Amino acid sequence: MGIRPVAISVDSPAASRDLREQAGYTFTFLSDPKAEVIRRYDLVHSGAGIDGQDIARPAEFLLDSSGTVRWVDLTENYWVRARPEQILEAAKILR
Amino acid sequence: MKIRKFNWLTWTGFLLSVFAFLSYPFVFVRWPVTRDFPWVNLLLFGVAAVLLLLGIKRGFAADRPRRSKIAATVLATLSFVIIGLFVFSTLIAARWLPASHGAPQVGHKAPDFNLADTTGKQMSLSELLSSPINGKTPKGVLLVFYRGYW
Repeated sequence: MGIRPVAISVDSPAASRDLREQAGYTFTFLSDPKAEVIRRYDLVHSGAGIDGQDIARPAEFLLDSSGTVRWVDLTENYWVRARPEQILEAAKILR
Repeated sequence: MKIRKFNWLTWTGFLLSVFAFLSYPFVFVRWPVTRDFPWVNLLLFGVAAVLLLLGIKRGFAADRPRRSKIAATVLATLSFVIIGLFVFSTLIAARWLPASHGAPQVGHKAPDFNLADTTGKQMSLSELLSSPINGKTPKGVLLVFYRGYW
């Protein structure tokens, strides 16, 4: 495939490590505890965390090797996420 | 005698609503076809509602004792609260998401960043784009922002 998945949330590196190990994921998990990058991407869901913290709304971006966005999914319902086949279809435009 | 008077309609309706509520986050959320629209759960709630309505009718029949009316009313009320909560949390509150008009769009360069990975090592977007996967430069990067467990 040659596409690197990267998961980003406000979870601490330790919390992300636990999730990654429990779920058996091998891809990169990044921690943005102050939601700085999440804010730069305009994905802040203010006060939606359990203790009222700012967290990320679910979103997926497919970037080509130059870092240009080639496909975006900004869901309207957080139970609804991009399906693997949608991402595979979108990935066909990458060379 | 007492066993025959047992109003299984309301009890089944009530237990079915509890099951329909819990089976969404624990079971049906696993498959996109039952997650993206919770039709299985709504169907179960539909069956539960029919059982409850029949149960109320039965509970309020002339030959039934007073406690049968109370039990039917309490169970039916609880069940309808559960149904309401489900509809609210999966179909209404789940849509309260920010519009994110300022998010990077197709054709835009994704803003660079530097964040710690699970080992505490800082990773930049440019590194993620350029460091090889199995000896080859990646064709791309999929950024997945998620709510997290906080």
